[in-house]
Amino acid sequence: MYNFELVKPSTLQDAVAALKSEDAQALGGGQTLLPTMKARLAMTEQLVALSGIDEIKGICTDDDGRICIGGATTHTAVAEGATGYPALASLAARIGDPAVRNRGTIGGSLANNDPSACYPAGALASNATIVTNAREIDADDFFRGMFETALDEGEIITEVKFPVPEKAAYEKFIQPASRFPLVAVFVAKFSDGVRVAVTGAASDGVFHWSEAEEALSSDFSEDAVKSLTAPDAVGMISDLHGDGTYRAHLVKVMTARAVKAAV
Amino acid sequence: MPKDTGIGASPKRREDVRFLTGKGRYTDDINVAGQTHVVFLRSDVAHGTIKSIDIAAAEAMDGVVRIFTSKDFEGVGGIPCGWQITSRDGNVMQEPKHPVLAEGKVRHVGDPIAAVVAETESQARDAMEAIVVEIDELPAVIDMKKAVAEGATKVHDELDSNLCYDWGFVEENRDAVEQAMKDAAHVTTLELVNNRLIANPMEPRVAVGDYTSHDGQSTLYTTSQNPHVIRLLMGAFVLNIPEHKLRVVAPDVGGGFGTKIFHYAEEAFCTFAAKALERPVKWTSTRSEAFMSDAHGRDHVTKIELALDADHNFTAVRTETYANMGAYLSTFAPSVPTWLHGTLMAGNYKTPLVYVNVKAVFTTTVPVDAYRGAGRPEATFQLERVIDKAARELGVDPVELRRRNFIREFPYQTPVAVEYDTGDYDATMDKLLTMIDRDGFEARRKDSESRGKLRGLGINCYIEACGIAPSKLVGQLGARAGLYESATVRVNATGGLVVMTGSHSHGQGHETSFPQVVADMIGIPEDQIEIVHGDTANTPMGMGTYGSRSLAVGGSAIFRATEKIIAKAKKIAAHIMEAAEGDIELKDGKFTVAGTDKELAWGDVTLAAYVPHNYPLEDIEPGLEETAFYDPNNFTYPSGAYACEVEVDPETGKVDVLSFAAADDFGNVINPMIVEGQVHGGIAQGIGQALLENCAYDEDGQLLSASYMDYAMPRAHDFPMFQVDHSCATPCTHNPLGVKGCGEAGAIGSPPSVVNAVLDALASAGHDVGHINMPLTPAKVWAAMNNAGGTGSGTAHGRSVDGPAAKI
Ligand SMILES: Cc1cc2nc3c(=O)[nH]c(=O)nc-3n(C[C@H](O)[C@H](O)[C@H](O)COP(=O)(O)OP(=O)(O)OC[C@H]3O[C@@H](n4cnc5c(N)ncnc54)[C@H](O)[C@@H]3O)c2cc1C
Repeated sequence: MYNFELVKPSTLQDAVAALKSEDAQALGGGQTLLPTMKARLAMTEQLVALSGIDEIKGICTDDDGRICIGGATTHTAVAEGATGYPALASLAARIGDPAVRNRGTIGGSLANNDPSACYPAGALASNATIVTNAREIDADDFFRGMFETALDEGEIITEVKFPVPEKAAYEKFIQPASRFPLVAVFVAKFSDGVRVAVTGAASDGVFHWSEAEEALSSDFSEDAVKSLTAPDAVGMISDLHGDGTYRAHLVKVMTARAVKAAV
Repeated sequence: MPKDTGIGASPKRREDVRFLTGKGRYTDDINVAGQTHVVFLRSDVAHGTIKSIDIAAAEAMDGVVRIFTSKDFEGVGGIPCGWQITSRDGNVMQEPKHPVLAEGKVRHVGDPIAAVVAETESQARDAMEAIVVEIDELPAVIDMKKAVAEGATKVHDELDSNLCYDWGFVEENRDAVEQAMKDAAHVTTLELVNNRLIANPMEPRVAVGDYTSHDGQSTLYTTSQNPHVIRLLMGAFVLNIPEHKLRVVAPDVGGGFGTKIFHYAEEAFCTFAAKALERPVKWTSTRSEAFMSDAHGRDHVTKIELALDADHNFTAVRTETYANMGAYLSTFAPSVPTWLHGTLMAGNYKTPLVYVNVKAVFTTTVPVDAYRGAGRPEATFQLERVIDKAARELGVDPVELRRRNFIREFPYQTPVAVEYDTGDYDATMDKLLTMIDRDGFEARRKDSESRGKLRGLGINCYIEACGIAPSKLVGQLGARAGLYESATVRVNATGGLVVMTGSHSHGQGHETSFPQVVADMIGIPEDQIEIVHGDTANTPMGMGTYGSRSLAVGGSAIFRATEKIIAKAKKIAAHIMEAAEGDIELKDGKFTVAGTDKELAWGDVTLAAYVPHNYPLEDIEPGLEETAFYDPNNFTYPSGAYACEVEVDPETGKVDVLSFAAADDFGNVINPMIVEGQVHGGIAQGIGQALLENCAYDEDGQLLSASYMDYAMPRAHDFPMFQVDHSCATPCTHNPLGVKGCGEAGAIGSPPSVVNAVLDALASAGHDVGHINMPLTPAKVWAAMNNAGGTGSGTAHGRSVDGPAAKI
């Protein structure tokens, strides 16, 4: 690890100010950033810890019935506290191990947009709104490819608002080494249609499986998924743990299972 | 009846208290005053010529003490290899130099190029990043079969080729085996890969070199399974330091699994640099470094053929193996695919003819050497897999096919040099069948099917040769060292004992089980006995811990030394009690005279030995301390039968292990709890190899599985509770304890059970899959069921053999 300064502001305003300086970077739970820094793959002059800012932590329900989660809320807090959205709570409960969940945050996970991360699938399938210190961004506009998001330099995710679907489920097939998703699918059934978000499969990161969305919107059943052909393997990740064909196949299997499990 | 003390009891492991409360004293806990830190600059390419190394900027950086390159090691020896194999043509193996720091060329990702010594670790790392190295890349040598083809890029320019040796065993049987193959009623052929593994002990390697100029003594603290071997190899072959000027200390060792047997360049470096700088030098491997510098294990590519007559008797076995040596010869590397592998190819069966051919190959990968089981898992896997395949081809019960061919008369001279002293393969198989409710399997399979899952049962046997072993024999087989073990038993005046042994625990619980032996012999409580090991300064020359040898060989040395102690103590007791020596009995810590009520406590006699007022000084010396060196006349041969039941998800290919049972014959057992723990750990590693673990390189020689993000370690929830049994015991006939060794059995016996079970599950759904190469990842199993294209990568041998479901 290279040397760095650590500041721990207690208000959002101070954090935004601190992040204005060049070479400053936000620190959420550090579960991605710190290992990268330890391996000297990342270097930063100043880390701005968000964990001391109470106003961006916690879970509540807004007037539209949306579950609103502060950007610095840990996975454990969501697993235990997002009772109004069981599929999301269950997603959070299956991230990493207890140590990771007690530190890692929803804001960090979305900002990082790892192509194999869990939260991006939850946010995209739920049609969530990502709130920052500067604006609100629709999930559909937020994810921009592997490790790329719509966030500007120094922009902080302060809150994520999840509309609660009628039924939803997250099916995660783990990569045996990292236990991140090899492929995971979040299915959310709203009154006006079904959204299916896939993570782990594509090099560009989380994506909508639109054929499945269409089929499920008219017939929300496992059979509707089974009658589809698996998505194109082109653009799928091919690595030690499975090639694109296998991943594409898993997308279909996990989607069907999510439909079956949806509550 | 379970005992609560002595041999056969299961006292809790005394060392665990300190391990579990953070009080273990590991090498990294050692910090010597004035210590510096070294960081190695390692090659990030697999193969290349070093054009230049510019250290000028790095040298000027804060805290840098000195930067070393190969220039500083002129006149220093290479890291030696401890075993020499002779090829079929009578030539000895090709043995390249293994420099401490790369000379002229780098030969694998992780090969050390330069070493930066600085005041702190982070200063050393900063300076390391400022070194500029120019490397002209050469093609990587990854695929073993291509590596030995005409015109292949050579890993070592000074050698004739990449072929280290071409070994035939038993060469005289070659033609007879060929004939038996022709005459056979049926021949089953199987091509397979024994996947390359990384040992991943919890504690990474550490070395601290120290030199004291006032007495010219060098000391190396290191994470080693065998400090004396390190002292001998490093002192005599690399640094030219006589043993009386060199001390090697291995304190608590946090796991090794073989990879801490070997003498490594970093050890030699720290010892050398400490003397050159007259300051202590410390190196602690990072986890990333461990992946690319700890010796790897396995990595065999094999074709095996099994010939049977019309009655299904095995008539011959022939195997051809390409064994990866990596870039250099690690300490015991040449012995693993040969003497630890070829000699086991008879297995539990009376196959009259066996021929084993092994081609050891240099590649631009990390050196490969012994890993838990070392050669024996590779032998067991191919034999037990081909037998299962034969049973399927012939439509016979795989258990009955094995039984038909079991060896039943002992001692049994195999056609592959070794002689099994005892065993009862029917007994362990019978026991296993009572443990697994084989009759209920069909009902369980139906239940799985009702849940959309495929269920499979895999059963196999294993035999291993351990308690390694007779010096004379291993000498004939090419070992450059003896393989005895030693113990000094020191009885103190007040009756407590210190046992100094050349064995060294790296997790096996020696501090608990060795005292059980001594306590049992004398009849005193175990807490009267302290075990000292791991320091060449206060233990007799020993060969260390590997090959399940510590109890069978080291324990026997302790037994012999304790016998000498008891004999002398009886003489003293006879003198004091004025009785004939032959009438003295020692029981429960008391000396008695047969037929009288005279008695003396153990402590009275030990005190007399050191306060020899009333003492037979004319006959014996005062004091009570004895040393024994024990060199057995054979290996020991643990054996057993294992069974695994799995469920396969046909939609995803995911395998769940539902049950695992092991019936082992370890001969006599000193501490059943420790034995069970050893078997549990071994099975966990075996299932890890079968389902999860895979060290993979790409064609450019980059290590793909270079962290835990890609190298899948097994975790507790991957396993059911194992059922283990060691009640079938045929005691070893040639060591005084009748013990055989249990450290590796689990890892040797379990991989074929898992693979046999998965293939059985697939067969139940009509998937006639001849074989799937380990690890049986979901992707590979799914591809095998669906005849889909290549998925994932194989071992260093690479993709050429690693179609997901090579239909053979
Ligand atoms: C062993 C292990 C297993 C894991 N398993 C999984 C898994 O199964 N599924 C999964 O999804 N993830 C997994 N993770 C990743 C984990 O969920 C991380 O916590 C998460 O990806 C990053 O969140 P963080 O709060 O730790 O962010 P950090 O590591 O602190 O930061 C990550 C990035 O986000 C930025 N950032 C942090 N917070 C904010 C914010 N509020 N606004 C804007 N930018 C911000 C940082 O500057 C940095 O660039 C695992 C991690 C580990 C170590």
